[in-house]
Amino acid sequence: MKLNIDGLLVYFPYDYIYPEQYSYMLELKRTLDAKGHGVLEMPSGTGKTISLLSLIVAYQKAYPLEVTKLVYCSRTVPEIEKVVEELRKLMDYYTKQTGAKNDFLALALSSRKNLCIHPEVSSLRFGKEVDGKCHSLTASYIRAQHHGNPSQPVCQFYEEFDSVGRQVPIPPGIYNLDDLKDFGRRKGWCPYFLARYAILHANIVVYSYHYLLDPKIADVVSKELAKKSVVVFDEAHNIDNVCIDSMSVNITRRTLDRCQTNVETLQNTISKIKETDAAKLREEYRRLVEGLKEANVARETDIYLSNPVLPDEILQEAVPGSIRTAEHFVGFMKRFLEYLKARLRIHHVVQESAPQFLKDIFEKVCIDRKPLRFCAERLRSLLRTLEIADIADFSAITLISHFATLVSTYSKGFTIIIEPFEDKTPTIANPVLHFSCMDPSIAIKPVFGRFQSVIITSGTLSPLDIYPRILDFRPVTVASFTMTLARTCLCPLIVGRGNDQVAMTSKFETREDFAVVRNYGNLLLEMSAIVPDGIVAFFTSYIYMENIVASWYEQGILENIQRNKLIFIETQDAAETSMALEKYQEACENGRGAILLSVARGKVSEGIDFVHHFGRAVIMFGVPYVYTQSRILKARLEYLREQFQIRENDFLTFDAMRHAAQCVGRVIRGKTDYGLMIFADKRYARADKRGKLPRWIQEHLTDGSLNLTIDETVQLAKHFLRQMAQPFRQEDQLGLSLLTLEQLQSEDMLQKIAQIAHQA
Amino acid sequence: MASLSEEVLLVVKRVRQRKQDGTLYLMAERIAWGPEGKDRFSVSHLYADIRCQKISPDGKAKIQLQLVLHTGESTTFHFANESTALKDRDAIKELLQQLLPKFKKKANKELEEKNRMLQEDPVLFQLYKDLVVSQVISAEEFWANRMSLNSVEHSLANNKQQEVGISAAFLADIRPQTDGCNGLRYNLTSDIIESIFRTYPTVKQKYAENVPHNMTEKEFWTRFFQSHYFHRDRINTGQQDIFSECAKQDEKGQKSMVNQGVKNPMVDLLSLEDKTLDEGYGTAKVPTSSNPSNKSLRENSNSAIIKRFNHHSAMVLAAGLRRADAPSDQASETSSTDGNSRDSDFFQPPLKKVKLQEAIEYDDLQGETVRKTIALNLKKSDRYSHGPTPLQSQHYSTSQDIINSISIIQQEMRNYKPRLTQVMSSSAASSAITALSPGGVLMLAGGQQTINQLVPTDVQGELKHLYTAAGELLRHFWSCFPVSTPFLEEKVVKMKSNLDRFQLTKLRPFQEKIQRQYLSTNLTGHLEEMLQAAYNKFQAWQTRRMMRKT
Repeated sequence: MKLNIDGLLVYFPYDYIYPEQYSYMLELKRTLDAKGHGVLEMPSGTGKTISLLSLIVAYQKAYPLEVTKLVYCSRTVPEIEKVVEELRKLMDYYTKQTGAKNDFLALALSSRKNLCIHPEVSSLRFGKEVDGKCHSLTASYIRAQHHGNPSQPVCQFYEEFDSVGRQVPIPPGIYNLDDLKDFGRRKGWCPYFLARYAILHANIVVYSYHYLLDPKIADVVSKELAKKSVVVFDEAHNIDNVCIDSMSVNITRRTLDRCQTNVETLQNTISKIKETDAAKLREEYRRLVEGLKEANVARETDIYLSNPVLPDEILQEAVPGSIRTAEHFVGFMKRFLEYLKARLRIHHVVQESAPQFLKDIFEKVCIDRKPLRFCAERLRSLLRTLEIADIADFSAITLISHFATLVSTYSKGFTIIIEPFEDKTPTIANPVLHFSCMDPSIAIKPVFGRFQSVIITSGTLSPLDIYPRILDFRPVTVASFTMTLARTCLCPLIVGRGNDQVAMTSKFETREDFAVVRNYGNLLLEMSAIVPDGIVAFFTSYIYMENIVASWYEQGILENIQRNKLIFIETQDAAETSMALEKYQEACENGRGAILLSVARGKVSEGIDFVHHFGRAVIMFGVPYVYTQSRILKARLEYLREQFQIRENDFLTFDAMRHAAQCVGRVIRGKTDYGLMIFADKRYARADKRGKLPRWIQEHLTDGSLNLTIDETVQLAKHFLRQMAQPFRQEDQLGLSLLTLEQLQSEDMLQKIAQIAHQA
Repeated sequence: MASLSEEVLLVVKRVRQRKQDGTLYLMAERIAWGPEGKDRFSVSHLYADIRCQKISPDGKAKIQLQLVLHTGESTTFHFANESTALKDRDAIKELLQQLLPKFKKKANKELEEKNRMLQEDPVLFQLYKDLVVSQVISAEEFWANRMSLNSVEHSLANNKQQEVGISAAFLADIRPQTDGCNGLRYNLTSDIIESIFRTYPTVKQKYAENVPHNMTEKEFWTRFFQSHYFHRDRINTGQQDIFSECAKQDEKGQKSMVNQGVKNPMVDLLSLEDKTLDEGYGTAKVPTSSNPSNKSLRENSNSAIIKRFNHHSAMVLAAGLRRADAPSDQASETSSTDGNSRDSDFFQPPLKKVKLQEAIEYDDLQGETVRKTIALNLKKSDRYSHGPTPLQSQHYSTSQDIINSISIIQQEMRNYKPRLTQVMSSSAASSAITALSPGGVLMLAGGQQTINQLVPTDVQGELKHLYTAAGELLRHFWSCFPVSTPFLEEKVVKMKSNLDRFQLTKLRPFQEKIQRQYLSTNLTGHLEEMLQAAYNKFQAWQTRRMMRKT
């Protein structure tokens, strides 16, 4: 249908629309008009993606000079592919309606592992191997060698692309990962580099967070994206962790040992080259003096090593003299390495700030801040000069150099923690140096600064005000949308007690209590008897799940559950879990029914949807607090308190509740779907926890369902399931939660829609 | 001998029948007896014809075996060889015991089936009477086509037994009971044993390897319950455990399953993340060096339990599906085993596309919703719709309900308001009525009166029968085309003659009958047209055949 969103003609590729979608588009339009940033929460399954795409594409078509590009960031590969497919649907609708040929170029970009078509390289299993192998075939000096010596293997797909691919632009269209591969195969071009090149002039780019947030990758992939782009972070509830992860470094003794061998290899290579080709080193030296770091050799294929700090922090000057020659630099690295080794030989925990660390290193081994800042840069230059093909081997020294650059660049927002052993095993020495980022706003700051509109959206962003605070930006719109429902298809219940009135909670003091474990078991057993098809249960941590499963096994609870459903359990091994998941779906599919025991914060809770019969009930055993004894977390909490005035408890609860909401939200993926959401912990009933759930869950949580026993839960669940099992047709929804164009245009409906958006 | 190609299963000499010595032969499909010295059988029964066998009681002097046929006749054999008579008889008896049920089922089922079909379907019965009883076509011909027609749906509905799945908790159902003197007793039923075998083929293999030769069945199961294979949380108890190999094989199987990866890309956690952080980056805990010494025994046993449950569930699931999609499974097996990512590239995209499309679909936003449904395959549909209810009939509506509904209707009627604005004007309505009444403008074309007003019911009934019979014959006739085999050729000629006969014996008398009563109405015109079309086709075919031959 064609919509009029505040004066903008929007093509929407469906015959009907949800009221909240309309409301969402209104808010989005306002954000784009104001050229500002926005935070928008809308429940999953209400067609967030298609609303976003419809509006922004319409905006791009209407004001091609205002918004030139849409950069859509999502989290997982399936998500990325889903977005592109929805976009394809939209574009097909455009062509059908307007009759004009599509002149939009939209494509997905992913890592080499998902795009490579080189027969040898793509058969490798791990992303890192693929990257390394690709580099060894496409690096600029390899290709230069190939000119002189044709037996040197190169990647014919890249060669082909390099010689012709750049002149001929990729024709407009929608390219998913597989389409890119097909196109590449047809033309004989490398799809990865084709996509990398094409994103510069594409209208829509879909890729993962890292390409924008991780400075190591963003610098080379997304550097030249236009300022007049709209950036969307979908599923953004974890965006702060992505930011932090991309700038944190851990160094173990093993890393240092491997770094040691790296340094030795470098030294040997240098002395060898000196004998054969001293001119090369001299040339490098000359270049460094002149500060011509990138001038002629910076080719896209060499970007394997890049700077770990943000572009605006990189010093625009020549490399300092003390590390300019190759030998001096290797000596410098050796000294730094020895210093780190000494620091790891400790018997008690040390925590210090970056300036303290720099002061200490200056006093002990006379290393200045300046050369440290150039470490990453200098190493990159050296590795290129030495023409080292397999860079994957040098990951240890790369890591150390990145650490050096990071620690000397940022004086605030980071902390260094050296732990001599793990908390659980104090007898086994396993020293680790954590250099951890505490401020997610550091990594995302250039994104907010550079692009005119950044939209942060997800199904669970409550409480809304916390994201602008921890990411340090000023949004122009902050809104939460509820799900309009013709029938209440979600049923959140808080179970606080067992039938024996013993409180159920995963509180640390009582979580291993026999009664608590038994009550949790009974809850699952009772639910397995009344819920059809699939049940997903989440535990607070992997260890807790292991313990509970073991004691359920001993108590015979699992055996009884098996009478009703098959049991599958997430393990720490991803391949094993994938298989369990597939079997779980199979069991739901063939009517046998199954239970999946899983872990909050685990891979399943973050990336897998349990639509329809794959999840009719989800049970959250306990409140998924993060492990609070970790020193890194403590440091971060302290930082949050000092910098952003966020109280520790507030943040911890916020973090726990967003994960709980993520877990239970997995089960509802649309208005025709339905599911029970059982929160099995009495602490959920407290206002400070409950208030942090997303609004669309909160509003269905009645006072009567706050502190139930297992029996009461079963009664309510039975009633709910029986109601939901009745046929649900489109007519039931029409006019309430589903609108035709005429209904949408009526006066009172517009008024109702205005209430859906809840401004924070 | 009557037919040399027959397989002879057993030969017993010196068997008397009607006081005559002879030899008894058991063949693949029949039992036969021939008198001594002659090369033909004087008695021969198909197994399918035999209702039952009877033997003389053990203590009796004469050792005899009697076969009772379905027709009621019986044949008695007397085993006369003094020394081996009993043995001979028992051998025959055993073999017959095995053979008879097979044939019995087949024969009876067919008969029952035919009977049932005729009883259930009056039209078919009439057809049977018209065609077979009046000897237009033979019974065999009639059924040959019928059965094949029905076999498809029947194989779904009745013949093919639904595979019964395995309860996930079958191991839990084996409740050990203490026997009072420091021991445990497990009660095993054949169902449970079958479940164990189907779920754990390795155990079955062990059973086959060991049971009669190395140990008794009881000993085997005792060991099974003692082994750590059953109590999977115990780790490494005893090396001489015969089941340790099973555990290893299971582990291997599980590993290979894991290595094969998943077919559905949406649940593949390995390829979920686009770009993982390199080693050493990120705040997540550094993966602990996972050498087993680091883990406590308890942790180890915990993860063993988890592994076991995953494996058990997978096996139970697989056992339920194994037979159902054996062929399709094999197809996918072959394509996934020979070659890694290359191959998977070729067969993945369609599935991936489908899954992606599924994931982005909003069926309520779409205009028309086409529901894809899967038909339930039920053994007892009434059990499904009513559940296991007691047999007494239930009234679903109480008198109160009825009173309520009447009052509701009354209320509705009271509140009924015609929407006068949307009603036609009276003049338009009356003109429409006149146009539609007999003699009106719209009714002129339909001047003919309908057939049921003109023709008395008995003639109508007869006509109907004629139509079904003709239809049946014509179906047989047309099904022969294209005539590709000599058999069909033969059949088409036969069918043609059947049609001729039908026209002669059935249609003509009927035509004459109605001509006598009603001169003008040509009721059988269409029937004749149909027959004429068939004749034309036949003629055309025949001339073409002649052409080809000449």
